[in-house]
Amino acid sequence: MEYNRRDFVKSSAVLAAATAAGLTVPASLKASAGQAETDWKWDKAVCRFCGTGCGLMIATRNDRIVAVKGDPLAPVNRGLNCIKGYFNAKIMYGADRLKKPLLRVDENDNFSKTGKFKAVSWKRAFDEMEKHMKKALNELGPTGIGIFSSGQHTIMEGYAATKLMKAGFRSNNIDPNARHCMASAVVGFMQVFGIDEPAGNYDDIELTDTIVTWGANMAEMHPILWSRATARKLADPDRVKVINLSTYTNRTSDLADIEIIFKPNTDLAIWNYIAREIVYNAPQAIDWDFVNKYTVFATGVVDIGYGMRSADHPNFSEKEKETVRKETAKKLSKEEGKTLSFLGYGPDDIMEMKNRGSAGKHWKISFEDFKKALAPYTLDFVADVAKGDSNEDSGEFKVKLKQLADYYIEKGRKVGSYWTMGFNQHTRGSWVNEQAYMVHLLLGKQCKPGDGAFSLTGQPSACGTAREVGTFAHRLPADMVVANPKHRKITEGIWKIPLGTLNPKVGSHVMKLHRDIEDGIIKFAWINVCNPYHNSANANHWIKAARQMDNFIVCSDVYPGISAKVSDLILPSAMIFEKWGAYGNAERRTQHWKQQVTPVGEAMPDIWQVTELAKRFQLRELWGGKDIPGLDGGLPDVLEEAQEMGYQLTDTLYDVLFANDEALAYSWPDPVGEGTLNTEAEGDKREILDGEGNPFKGYGFFLQKYLWEEYRRFGNGHGHDLAGFDAYHQVRGLKWPVVDGKETLWRFNSLYDPYAKKADYGGFAFYGEAMKSIPQGNLVKADPSRGNYELHNRAKIFFRPYVEPPEMPDKEYPFWLCTGRVLEHWHSGTMTMRVPELYRAVPEALCYMHPDDASKYGFIEGDLVWIESRRGKVKAHIETRGRNRTPQGLVYVPWFDEKVFINKVCLDATCPISKETDFKKCAVNIYKA
Amino acid sequence: MTSRREVIGKLIKGTAVAGSGGLLWGAVGAEALPDETTLRPPGAQEGEAFMKACIKCGQCLEACPYDTLKLATPGDKMGIGTPYFEPRDIPCYMCTNYPCTEVCPTGALDLLQLSREGGEPDIKHAQMGLALIHRESCIAFWGIQCDVCYRACPLMDVAISLEPETNIQTGRHANLKPLVNSDACTGCGICEHVCVVEKAAIKVLPRDLAMGEFGNHYIRSWEAGDEQRIKDIQEKPDKADEDLNSALDYLNDDNDLFEK
Repeated sequence: MEYNRRDFVKSSAVLAAATAAGLTVPASLKASAGQAETDWKWDKAVCRFCGTGCGLMIATRNDRIVAVKGDPLAPVNRGLNCIKGYFNAKIMYGADRLKKPLLRVDENDNFSKTGKFKAVSWKRAFDEMEKHMKKALNELGPTGIGIFSSGQHTIMEGYAATKLMKAGFRSNNIDPNARHCMASAVVGFMQVFGIDEPAGNYDDIELTDTIVTWGANMAEMHPILWSRATARKLADPDRVKVINLSTYTNRTSDLADIEIIFKPNTDLAIWNYIAREIVYNAPQAIDWDFVNKYTVFATGVVDIGYGMRSADHPNFSEKEKETVRKETAKKLSKEEGKTLSFLGYGPDDIMEMKNRGSAGKHWKISFEDFKKALAPYTLDFVADVAKGDSNEDSGEFKVKLKQLADYYIEKGRKVGSYWTMGFNQHTRGSWVNEQAYMVHLLLGKQCKPGDGAFSLTGQPSACGTAREVGTFAHRLPADMVVANPKHRKITEGIWKIPLGTLNPKVGSHVMKLHRDIEDGIIKFAWINVCNPYHNSANANHWIKAARQMDNFIVCSDVYPGISAKVSDLILPSAMIFEKWGAYGNAERRTQHWKQQVTPVGEAMPDIWQVTELAKRFQLRELWGGKDIPGLDGGLPDVLEEAQEMGYQLTDTLYDVLFANDEALAYSWPDPVGEGTLNTEAEGDKREILDGEGNPFKGYGFFLQKYLWEEYRRFGNGHGHDLAGFDAYHQVRGLKWPVVDGKETLWRFNSLYDPYAKKADYGGFAFYGEAMKSIPQGNLVKADPSRGNYELHNRAKIFFRPYVEPPEMPDKEYPFWLCTGRVLEHWHSGTMTMRVPELYRAVPEALCYMHPDDASKYGFIEGDLVWIESRRGKVKAHIETRGRNRTPQGLVYVPWFDEKVFINKVCLDATCPISKETDFKKCAVNIYKA
Repeated sequence: MTSRREVIGKLIKGTAVAGSGGLLWGAVGAEALPDETTLRPPGAQEGEAFMKACIKCGQCLEACPYDTLKLATPGDKMGIGTPYFEPRDIPCYMCTNYPCTEVCPTGALDLLQLSREGGEPDIKHAQMGLALIHRESCIAFWGIQCDVCYRACPLMDVAISLEPETNIQTGRHANLKPLVNSDACTGCGICEHVCVVEKAAIKVLPRDLAMGEFGNHYIRSWEAGDEQRIKDIQEKPDKADEDLNSALDYLNDDNDLFEK
């Protein structure tokens, strides 16, 4: 056949990634596409996987998904997908999909912690959940239970789980896996702008002249965005520059004009070098009009530890203590002696970590102080600290650093900085996020089309659910926090619960949930849409605590993974297209979809699991006075007020939180759902036996729409405006704030953002309200006598110093270990490892190593080795030629593969401000297995 | 891993079955010569030389840590008893210490084939085959961000590279199209193995079969030194009488020129 371009275009235009899903791809499909499509139903949805948020079209027939295609109308991907998107239809129907509740029982069918899993009814499952939850609540109070939530929760699921936990159980022990991925970005946004999430959007990629990736392997982690970056480079190859900063060579370097391989943690120093270049050598580049009017300079405490527990914890091994000791005091290195000299420290001094409990403390400083603090970060010093490849010539490295700074500085050159886990998973992750804004704000290259620092999101709804709904231990919806009495009051108002119901004490973040379970102060945990026993660092501690201590762990999941394996009860969940839902992507775009098919087996949506559990608890059990450790006087008894509000003591949480009068007013059927399944509202053909053992025929109202409409009340009028439920079913997502039906492209810019315009402050207004009244001081400390500075409509330009991570390679553990993902697999692989094609493509996690290191240690390609840290060890095969080319002294191991359980090796140190784990740095030894 | 004994056992079983019926012997005879698509282990000599040298001992199979190699049995059409591999099933993982080649007792697999200009043998010089891409079924050419073959290639960026091209339907994305460099591709077949479409869109064929060859009468003006390629060419001698006869035969035969 003669192949010409026109044929190619034609065949591409009609392509649908028709993947077999229980059905084989019909051979006749191509020939009679028109015919075939008449009995298919096409509907829009979004990709299940990363934070890019690509639109999909889903084809169903006979209540099964038969095909997917990229949604040509979706602005993000315009009909294209990456390889994970291509396989969305196949993720649902893996052979070992969880289809029934499973409980550990003994030979008499009684629950036993040491029993084997056996299928049970939903009623039995909820009976056990209720029993063990009540036991924990009675013994330990609201802090004795916890929920592992997710950036893959749909928005309504996350909202329902938060409401159940915070309003119902009065516990703030709910925290998402997004803690592991976005928490540092959030702190950056909150401390700098006073409001979460990026100013810009993906269109910046087409508008910028410079794409700088910092710890973001976009080529593998955000493939569709990377294809946009590539197209931008192709469109103007001379003008557009791409710079990739990483601790190892990855696929993103393919397109890069400059690749900068730096030593782990020294991104902190490189940012300060760029800032120093600006301030000392190119002061004319500072946009003083912008800086003077819209920013202030700030800094904060440095002696903040590394988010670890104190070394005296009885469960630490002696080996672990070698590292953990630094949590309370660290001997400063030669480099730190220099970078912390502004505090009076020198090399070999001991820095006591006095601000471990107040790591976020910061204050306003002068520009002169800011300038002084940058003094040590000369090109020579930073090149010396930061050069990550010992084989690279330091002169060449300096040239690249200088060129990088020059691109930022160049007048008229638009610059976009992009980052992901390299920044966020960092013991100074909050700082390094703030440093990105430092440079962009100094230059006035922020919040403008094509100009800006942009935090890329890992998960499909880390923004939409975890952050916007606030499924964090300290948050409430729309950037509100539990510690703020005004915020609690607003929330109690919207939730129609008595004043004082909400617990003001911040709950346990993900790592603390694990630690609390190990310490026996949480005895009931429920895992929702995540795999915390696979994805948390220092895993040996947590899997042991789950299996061996007196507790009850429930895991709602779709496929069996490590978390299900260490649980006591497993609940089968409906997957993405088996329920109504919504995700919010990295550019503030909220996208909804409808239920496409009936869930498999007895799987049920997570919202239904929340509401069925809620039926088991009455107000009188929960809303009396409660003791909370560390909270004087505990939680008040609000039962009397509840009765005054018209509630009965015997009302269940289901009645009050989910099936109240307002909820019931959202009737089903509803025109927006015409011809669509809704398992929660009307049941489905399976008539599952529900939590009471009766055939489930639906709740009779539009629960998901109610949750959405109530949820959006939190943000409307406060810069977080979302559109009505129905609107999202007409369009391909909207970027919030959605004001008067219009989405917002660039926030804080008066030309584009109605809130900035309304602030009437000039061309820009950083109107976020959090942390906008700060003390004033010098580089060393705040001076309370000077009072607070009110910085309405201003952002902060932070100075943050370079420091070392708590664990670095030494003689005994000579390698850095960096972990991460691969394009082919999503997170812990529970879905993608079940797609045969993806499994075949990448069946196991490899240990990527420099060939010279391999020969130095006597390894050859493919050798099986032990990777051992002070905490644990795993076996993996050596790869010296693969997609990731590490410099000598560093190895990279992906974490998707439960057979290479690399989180047993990783250190559970976190950024002390964001509490996000640093999965990118610890020290390991490697030897032949 | 298949032990040598198992391998030999399989072979004996194969011939025994073949021996049980007269008809089958004929088939075996025809199959003694391999199909031209047969892929051989690294370092294999070419065609007939390999068939002559291979004593069908199975030691290369035993040495392979990945169970890649099989010994052809009747029905395989790969030359009974000789080692071959099928990359879609198990590819050659290009061991840097080439155990199969090294263990060969006869030189059918020859380390010399893995070295260039007298240097040390290196697996990257293996020439087991050449990967070919079928563009219409390769989803990377559609614009899907796939490139699984590229990332899996042990000689990534050398044997398979990516060529970006603006996607003309969306205007704002780029297709990253995999390209195979035949000078570097060893034919290990990992690309074929990992390809995510139903039937691999990239597959390995023996180099002879896969590669075209251009004429030696034309020099590429844009390739410096291209004339070196044919510097040893032998001029054809003039065959004056023969050529004249050929012209005369044509000129003198006008039978077909006129209507009858």
